[in-house]
Amino acid sequence: MQLAPRIAGARLDAIFAALADPTRRAIIARLTSGEASVMELAEPFAMSQPAISKHLKVLERAGLVSRGRDAQRRPRRLEPKPLAEASEWLERFRKNWEGNFQRLDTLLDELKSAQKKSPHAKR
Amino acid sequence: MTSPGSLKVTTPSDREIVLTRGFDAPRKLVWEALTTPALLKRWLLGPPGWTMTTCELDLRVGGAYRYEWRKEDGTVMGMGGLLREVVAPERLIATERFDQSWYPGEGLVSQVLTEQGGRTTITMTLRYESKEARDMVVKSGATSGMELGYARLAELLAAAPAGSGR
Repeated sequence: MQLAPRIAGARLDAIFAALADPTRRAIIARLTSGEASVMELAEPFAMSQPAISKHLKVLERAGLVSRGRDAQRRPRRLEPKPLAEASEWLERFRKNWEGNFQRLDTLLDELKSAQKKSPHAKR
Repeated sequence: MTSPGSLKVTTPSDREIVLTRGFDAPRKLVWEALTTPALLKRWLLGPPGWTMTTCELDLRVGGAYRYEWRKEDGTVMGMGGLLREVVAPERLIATERFDQSWYPGEGLVSQVLTEQGGRTTITMTLRYESKEARDMVVKSGATSGMELGYARLAELLAAAPAGSGR
């Protein structure tokens, strides 16, 4: 339940590893508004095209980005499914813990008022 | 007036998940709630419909803990591990392994409590040994993932590591 992180597989690992980088997240964010060539993707960054290509490879291996059909531009585009899976997983995880922590809030309020009533009951 | 902080979930690396959450209570109280079985049973429940049926915790380094939950429909779930570090009221580190483990190896959970102005922040880091992990086990995610659109993306990106630039 945590708890229950049905995490783990290499695939989810690859997705989270790919997203653990600000440049790659920016590339993903850019691709949400439509496909783009490597050149177009490199533009906003102070980075060479090979450097961007390296990041793209990581994203492609994680299944987050694929290449379009246009042979000349080789546009990259977002593959929404794996991202949605990762997002879904995180969301369930977050919800479980948010529930736990809300109950903990209530409990702590109780403990606090119990402490106020009898200040020596607890150390 | 309670104004609890909002929960942040980040994935700073491929094997870690970090949760941070503020609580409107001093650290000592939060520590008690995290380490006293009778109190744990009241909040560590997960999704709706579950109750905690077993909560045993030998609060010392090397001590074991064992948690079990039961769902309304009779489904049972259990986990346990050993405490690696116990520094009251600021740090608790334990191994964790679920009975029906869907990830290989053990997880390591660290809970660090910091207090500021009577408020406490819990930083919980879950670290998984996932080297041997083979396939993704996110079953329900895999089926319902298709329908999810880009709306969730912003959320996911926002949940990605803070402080690593933009």
